Amino acid sequence: MSGRRRLSLAWLGTLPFFAYAIAFLFVPAGSVLLGAFQDKNDNATLDNIRLLFHHPYIDAYQTSIEISLVTALLGGVCGLFIAYAALRDGTPAWVRSILTTFSGVAANFGGIPLAFAFIASLGPLGIVTVFLKDHLHFDLYGHNFAIYSKLGVEITYMYFQLPLMILVIAPAIDGLRKEWREAASNLGAKQWQFWRYVGLPVLMPSILGAMILLFGNAFAAYATAYSLSSGSVNLVPILIGAYYSGNVLDNPHLAQAMAFGMFVVLAAMMLLYIPLQRRAARWAK
Amino acid sequence: MKRPRISLSAVVWLLLAAAYFIIPLFATLLISLRSTQTGKCCVGANYAWVLHNGDFWHTLRLSALLALETIVISLVLFVPTIYLVHLKLPRLRPVLAFMALIPFIVPPIVMVVGLLRTFKGSPDWFYQKPWGFLAASYVILAFPYMFFSLDAGFRSIDVHTLTEASQSLGAKWPTTLFRVILPNIRAAALAASFLTLAIVMGEFTIANLAAFHTFPIFIQFVSESQGFPAGALTLMSFGITWAAMLSLLLVGRKRGQSSRIMAGAK
Repeated sequence: MSGRRRLSLAWLGTLPFFAYAIAFLFVPAGSVLLGAFQDKNDNATLDNIRLLFHHPYIDAYQTSIEISLVTALLGGVCGLFIAYAALRDGTPAWVRSILTTFSGVAANFGGIPLAFAFIASLGPLGIVTVFLKDHLHFDLYGHNFAIYSKLGVEITYMYFQLPLMILVIAPAIDGLRKEWREAASNLGAKQWQFWRYVGLPVLMPSILGAMILLFGNAFAAYATAYSLSSGSVNLVPILIGAYYSGNVLDNPHLAQAMAFGMFVVLAAMMLLYIPLQRRAARWAK
Repeated sequence: MKRPRISLSAVVWLLLAAAYFIIPLFATLLISLRSTQTGKCCVGANYAWVLHNGDFWHTLRLSALLALETIVISLVLFVPTIYLVHLKLPRLRPVLAFMALIPFIVPPIVMVVGLLRTFKGSPDWFYQKPWGFLAASYVILAFPYMFFSLDAGFRSIDVHTLTEASQSLGAKWPTTLFRVILPNIRAAALAASFLTLAIVMGEFTIANLAAFHTFPIFIQFVSESQGFPAGALTLMSFGITWAAMLSLLLVGRKRGQSSRIMAGAK
């Protein structure tokens, strides 16, 4: 009897938390879902969703997905190599602690200040741009480069993608046991054979899982792109933001539909992520 | 056996990474030292400009207080819940872990659209005030970091034994929670708080779309209008993130537990 009462009391204790989550997470998320399928008079409609497949909205999704894919793949591969370079035998231990500490900072150093740091380096009057022009006679902006272009945004995003990859993949690299490599070389395997048949297959779920995190990280980024381009690069978050700050669109349900579209893309990514995470957990220390 | 030497390819990768990470910061430093009048290096005037700017202190204070409010609400809301889940309701743990993944599929830019729609027309003291609307949203942003850190903290202590020992000595619930459990998860709670601090101090998306003038909004305003002082501000903001992360690592190291560090404001 008393045990039963205790249990229901425990449930009662979690009530404030769930009430909060419903009020500030589930209801708002639900209202985006609902709003995406309503017209101005709150009647059900598919028009907003249909509009997403037309210019300029479909282009925004394309650009957003492309930037996220490129930075996730490149950030994933380079981040893996950098993390491995820092963690492998022979590299002094201080390199590792500096790299992980710095990655913790850089992964959290996004948005406006990050954009400024890249404008200061690669902007039209940036230090690197001017240096290349004055000393190496190479005119970046004469070669179709601009910091507010797609390439510029990608270069900037790598500043938080690489550290995130390093932080996420380091435990998996630590999980590669020394005995496996020794066993492989005792059996006569060459370096590449170890990686092809042991190392990469073990790491693969972690690598793919981390790349999905990176994709979501870039896909949802708003502040950095906004500040780099003063809101001119055609990305989904920028379009959504433009509605609220400048009233560019007259239909709020369109912004909700765009947000809903982001939700769909990210939810699909999450569905891929969960099974990968489960497989990766087998080897991680 | 001789210790293996560092391999050449490792050196190349690490040097490339170092160059990529350091150059933008170095460029920002050079820009921040330029004189607004002459455009030449090196003066401290931009730092003085920032320190004498009323809006700088005003927005910095607003963001810092918002971070504090977010941390307090989060701890009050999450610590008892996660404690109860570990003590009595282990079946709820996967539910919480799943909820901690939701902010990945509902990122700030999507969340703010829903929040603005849901709370439009709510009382002014909530909707028009950063202490209401923004803090309430930031608690949700902080939840995943709070959850992973606190969850790891609770897992590393023996919740059942501690609670039973405390109660068999006659302690009431509040005593158990505040004098037995809290001191034992202090490191985890501190780590989560520092991460929340870094997130709130850099959060731009929700503040911009909901039109609140926080610290990142001020940085954006300056970088649009005043190039050189913006460099000084950028470095100061980087310093704040460093301070928060270093504190996090220091409290984490003491307990020997790894804290989950992940991306905040993009």
